[in-house]
Amino acid sequence: MKSLLPILTIVAAILVIWVLAVVPMNMHLTADQAQRDGLVVVPQTPLERQGYSGLGLSVANPGLIPLTYTLDRPRLPSPHQVAGEMWETIALRNVTSRQSLVYHGWVTLSATLVGFAIGTTLGMLLAVGIVHNRAMDMSVMPWAIASQTIPILALAPMIIVMMGQFGIQGLLPKAVISAYLSFFPVVVGMVKGLRSPDAMQMDLLRTYYASSSQGFWKLRLPASVPYLFASFKIGISAALVGAIVAELPTGARAGFGARMLVGDQYGNPLVTWAALFAAAITAAALVAIFTAMERLTLRRMGMAAA
Amino acid sequence: MTGPALISVLAVWAVGWFINVRLAASHLADARIVRLLVPVIFGLTLLLIWELLVRMTGVSPIVLPPPSMIAERFAGSLPILWVDFEQTIVKGAMTGYVIGMICAFAVAVLADRSDFLTRGILPVGGFMAALPIVGIAPIFVKWLGSDWQSKAAVVAVMVFFPILVNIVAGLRDTSAMQRDLMRTYGAGYWQTLFKLRLPAAMPFIFNGLKIATTLALIGAIVAEFFGSPTVGMGFRISTSVGRLALDMVWAEIVVAAIAGSTLYGAVAWIEGRVTFWHPSQRK
Repeated sequence: MKSLLPILTIVAAILVIWVLAVVPMNMHLTADQAQRDGLVVVPQTPLERQGYSGLGLSVANPGLIPLTYTLDRPRLPSPHQVAGEMWETIALRNVTSRQSLVYHGWVTLSATLVGFAIGTTLGMLLAVGIVHNRAMDMSVMPWAIASQTIPILALAPMIIVMMGQFGIQGLLPKAVISAYLSFFPVVVGMVKGLRSPDAMQMDLLRTYYASSSQGFWKLRLPASVPYLFASFKIGISAALVGAIVAELPTGARAGFGARMLVGDQYGNPLVTWAALFAAAITAAALVAIFTAMERLTLRRMGMAAA
Repeated sequence: MTGPALISVLAVWAVGWFINVRLAASHLADARIVRLLVPVIFGLTLLLIWELLVRMTGVSPIVLPPPSMIAERFAGSLPILWVDFEQTIVKGAMTGYVIGMICAFAVAVLADRSDFLTRGILPVGGFMAALPIVGIAPIFVKWLGSDWQSKAAVVAVMVFFPILVNIVAGLRDTSAMQRDLMRTYGAGYWQTLFKLRLPAAMPFIFNGLKIATTLALIGAIVAEFFGSPTVGMGFRISTSVGRLALDMVWAEIVVAAIAGSTLYGAVAWIEGRVTFWHPSQRK
């Protein structure tokens, strides 16, 4: 791990910037609170303080700086506050409780995984069809490519409402959104992979008198695996984003998106931040799982990069 | 589903598919016009089936408006759509895109002098690019108010990481031989950067810029779900969904699709002009 030290340096630098930014970001709130608690604040009225920048106010009141890290409802929570909130809502709560981030995470994750499974299965089937049928290739492929330049996520609210009209609620509408977000990357990647064997390799199979289905199972499909994993990694993070965004406009009660919205509406930024970081960790874990599976599979297939 | 509806849908599908199969099998299949015609016929077939299904099976047009109704709504609300487009795409997405791009360039060039920093930025940036960054939208709306500034900020953060990673990776793409050649010419760091390494990095950079166009639109639209003035595509989508005016939602999606493919096309066009020397651009 030659790059471990550089990575840690970058992460540490981001944390330091974050911790330093907490002071000016929260100074106005802290000053107001300190005044209510009877501390001396310069300048004395909130109106005068409006004229100061966060940094200027911090210079004028160096004594208040430690207090910026302990606000209940900070504008920018410090890392230890977010970590504390996450520890409390992930480890200390019963996982079935509505207060638990594990519960909300599972609500989002289950929709993500169901949607991802549907989307990738359909995507792979369509890719096989595209490679074997020229008419299908010419009809569908331009649309599949064009769809990647379109913000299809904007469809999410409507899909929820449309399916709600037919009485379908809960996990399935979110899964549908996750499915179509993971569908197109898989189609495009898989088609590229199935076409990756070069003319020499195809010719070799022909000299072996291999049938077209043997060519598919023994050459095209194995050759597509590295491309497929690259698409899976894009698809799973797109699916998670889809499930989170699907929870936003419909007033969902559970899930990462719902937690972010609740924190936002009830003025409790720690809830929003904890949900955001939990979602980020979930995304990272999903991508890491696929990276590990990729490495294992490619090694078993003898395709691992040395 | 009723009998006549099923029959007409199947008939339309059969006709559309038959034409495409004939076109794809014909000797003209590689002609430019046919390559364009086949997907268009496919798209029209789907639209026609959609229209027929809604009209003949009695699905409420409120739940699934037929394409004709969407087109009517689109043509009838051009002023509103234009104002929304300006608010979300021009002010929110494009401002944020430019800011994110400039920041990514600045950070990449600063980090470029140190191999240590570069090795840290690549994995961390790649990791950040995979995260659901759009979730920062509620926080930025709270900080910067509900107008387009907060949307631009969300977009800037979203596009920053993919562009940064691609620039940093691109700047590493020259071989030691090429850099040595520059040194024998007596070129300094900046001359090497501008004459050799930046041009060589352009295919990577444009790859990042193309990925970022879609992200920019997503960021600008989704951030409006968390609060916006009474204008904007995300605002219109979320309020129209609430009023069950789904034809308006579809009209906004048409605008988003046109804007998305136009922006992508514009970046791809510039790429073709800038990296005309690269193998992938050769005809």
